[in-house]
This record gives sequence, C-alpha cells and structure tokens, in this order.
Amino acid sequence: MTPEDSRYAKSHEYVHVEGDVGTIGITDYAQKELGDVVFVELPKVGTQLELGDELGSIESVKAVSELFTPVSGEVVEVNEALAEKPELVNTDPYGDGWMIRIKLATPEEVDELMDAEEYEEYIEKEAGK
Amino acid sequence: MTEEPLKKTPLNAVEHELGGKMIDFGGWELPVQFTGIIDEHNAVRTHAGLFDVSHMGEILVKGAEALTLLQRATCNDVSKLEDGRAQYNGLLYPTAGFVDDILIYRMAANDYFIVANAANSDKDFEWLRDCAKGMEVDVTNASNEYAQLALQGPDAEKILQPLTDVNLSAMKYYRFATANVDGAKAIVSRTGYTGEDGFEIYVAPSDGPRIFRKLVETGKVVPCGLGARDTLRLEAKMALYGNDIDHSTTPLEADLGWIVKLEKGDFMGRDVLEREKSEGPKRKLVGFEMVDRGIARHGYPIVDGKEEIGVVTSGTHSPTLKKAIGLAYLPLDKSAPGTQFSVLNRGKETRARAVPTPFYKRK
Repeated sequence: MTPEDSRYAKSHEYVHVEGDVGTIGITDYAQKELGDVVFVELPKVGTQLELGDELGSIESVKAVSELFTPVSGEVVEVNEALAEKPELVNTDPYGDGWMIRIKLATPEEVDELMDAEEYEEYIEKEAGK
Repeated sequence: MTEEPLKKTPLNAVEHELGGKMIDFGGWELPVQFTGIIDEHNAVRTHAGLFDVSHMGEILVKGAEALTLLQRATCNDVSKLEDGRAQYNGLLYPTAGFVDDILIYRMAANDYFIVANAANSDKDFEWLRDCAKGMEVDVTNASNEYAQLALQGPDAEKILQPLTDVNLSAMKYYRFATANVDGAKAIVSRTGYTGEDGFEIYVAPSDGPRIFRKLVETGKVVPCGLGARDTLRLEAKMALYGNDIDHSTTPLEADLGWIVKLEKGDFMGRDVLEREKSEGPKRKLVGFEMVDRGIARHGYPIVDGKEEIGVVTSGTHSPTLKKAIGLAYLPLDKSAPGTQFSVLNRGKETRARAVPTPFYKRK
C-alpha cells in the first residue's frame, strides 16, 4: 500500500518529510514496472538540486530510467547500501531502499506533490492506458 | 500505440492466470516476466523453466524438390540432415544478409518443418514461396496450427519424461521425435534458446494450455517470460534477429561461420560469403563486458577516441556472471579478447572490454 505519510511525484518518486529533511526514493509501483534493479546511480553529498533536476539513474535488467528530484535542496545523505544491494529498491522501496536525503530549500514544493490517495488514482490511470 | 489489437497465443489466458506481466512484443501480447527476470533466469540455469514461444512461426516445405529449395535458400548443408534431426540455419538474401535465422527439422525425405522468428514468419513464408516458383514443392505457413512450449533447464528431462512416451534420455541434442505428450500428438525436440539442456514441444493450440498447466503444477517448473529468455540467450551468445542479425549482416560477420557450408554447392549469397571468407569480413559480432558501471543497451554507439567504430546490438545485466555484458559489431582489429573500447552510455563514455564468448557455457 502507498504510505500515507509521504508525497508523490508524477515521475514516481516519493518524498517523506521529517523536519526540514526529505527522504527520496521510488514508489512500489515504479519498482514493479522496472523489475530487478541492478544499479542505482546517485549524486554526491553536497550536491545542490533544483526541483525537476535529474538526481541519478536506475538500471534494471530490462531498462534504464532517469530519476528526478521532486523537491529542491542540498543532498545531505546518500543510501550507500544500494551500491552493494541495489535489490533493496525492489524489496523495500519505502524503507531500506530509499535513495537520498535532501535538506529542503523550498518546503512549499512538497504541498504541490500528490498525496497517497491522489497518487493511487494516478497510477490506476497510468496502468489503464 | 498500435492500431491493431495484440495477437494472443493459445497460452494467453494461462499466462494472465499465473500473474504474467504482459507486454506488446512485436504485436504479440506476451509475458515479460512472472515473478522476476533474475529469479526466472536462475531457475532455468539450476532447475527448470517453462516458456511460451507459440508466437514463433512454423513453415512446412514438402515435395520432390524440397531439399533443392532449402539448399538454394540457406547457407547450412540441409542434405546432412537425417529423419529426426534438426539444424540451425540461415535463410539468406542474395546479398548474404539474413532473411531470418531458422531451425529446420527433417520429418522425412521431402518433408521439412521450419521454425521461424515470430516477426519474420510471414516474410519467410513469402520469400520461400517466391523462391519455390516453378519447382515441385509446396510451401505452407502453418504458424497458427501450433502452440510451442520450451521447457529448459538441467531438470527438463526428468520433468517431461512422465508426460511422454518417447525415451528422452536417448534423445541427443538437436534431435527430435514425433511423440505423445499428455495424450496429445506432439513434436518434441532437444533444442532451445537458453544455453541450457531442454526441450521444445510443438502441439495443437488446443493442447497447449493443458500441458503448460500440467508442467507448472509439478511444482518443479517456473513459468518464465521474455525477459529471462533474453538474458539466457545472450549469456549463451545466441543471436536475436532484429538486434544482432538482420538483412544487413552476413553469417560470417555474425560469427556464425559454422553454419556456412560453401562446399555444398550454389546458394543465395554464396559468392558474397566466399569473398568474405577469403578476404575476411570487415566487421565481426564481438562479445564484451563493461569495465565501468552501467549497462550497454541495444543501439548505444561504440567509440575509440573520437571515432565511432561500432554499435551495441544487445546488452544486459548477466544474472549468472553478475556483470554487464553485450554484443557489438566491431572492426576485425578491435575484436580480439582483451581489446578495450568505450560505449557511449547516454552521452557518457564508459569503458568496456572484448571477451571470449559464449559468456556462459553449461558444464
């Protein structure tokens, strides 16, 4: 199920906000679409990202996809575990499969993102296409 | 979006039932995976997996001049076939480019059963029919009359044996028999597209779903999709038409010299192949692995300094070797194992190295 405590972008990243830090990853729907993840390329700590910037890429056996940041700010932490265990994105996308943490520069951006219910409606439409 | 509705194989409903993730594969609705590509891949390498390959085409060539036609249209020596033997072969244009890569089964003298790639079956049929004009031979497109299942993996023999009356342990690689499988009339061949031991089973469309279910219900067989089929065949360096070979590539360029039998007499493209053989082809299909991170995918350019020297035809993450592998056409002087070059991965140069192939060979 889509966690109620996060917000969602149309490009299938989620952001989970605690204080002024947002944890970003991809949704369960996105990991299922990608299939087995074999590499995740992420930015370095300290990188400044603007809303919509490419924050990295993700390779599955099937395909490569770009990742876009749903919020602006500075990268303060990167999930190093994904270098060794990229499959965490498949097995626990909202938990151990998180990708980066960003110090939010513009917290209002979060309000523009979809909530869980809106996101579920959105993916239902995507899947029905 | 395609205008036409997707074609469905006789196993479509079973695949939906089993939770197949369905995609449009050249106009066919087929599963790309059930549980996951890596799991399915590993099941085939260690136990057994089952594929629906009913989209493949079947063409029948019968008549007094059947052998003459096939000898003229292909590069391998069809006269070497005996009843009950199958052969991998190239159906060639006069340019020596591939119309298709095919399997030819000799059912009897003057009676051949050809298995064609799905997307090529109509083209192959029309091509063979045109080549047969004025000859005493009938060419029939029987693609809709068969469901085709591929049971692949080291356990395939012991799983299939209880369902069939033919003694599988006596069946060698690239041999086949007409047999009874679960009460249905079938052709069973020891062939496949995974680099693993296994069988391909041709039955009437109405018998396909029952046999597919029965095999899955043994609990010893994992249903597999197109994703695993691609990673398995690539590890075994088996060519994929449309990626690694097509109308513009010759069998010698594709490193398939073993199916080129110049001494068998004249055939389509023979003069081109003879010249290529004496002068050496200008380029060759080469296996490589990535040195840097990333997966080289179909169509990525290969560069040496500023110069583009080739293009990736297939590339994936190899679940068996746990690294990124691929195939590319490269000039002969860049084809030796150990040669380094770069793959342009979305604008970024990433290093790769030519390696011996196949990437994986079963023990």
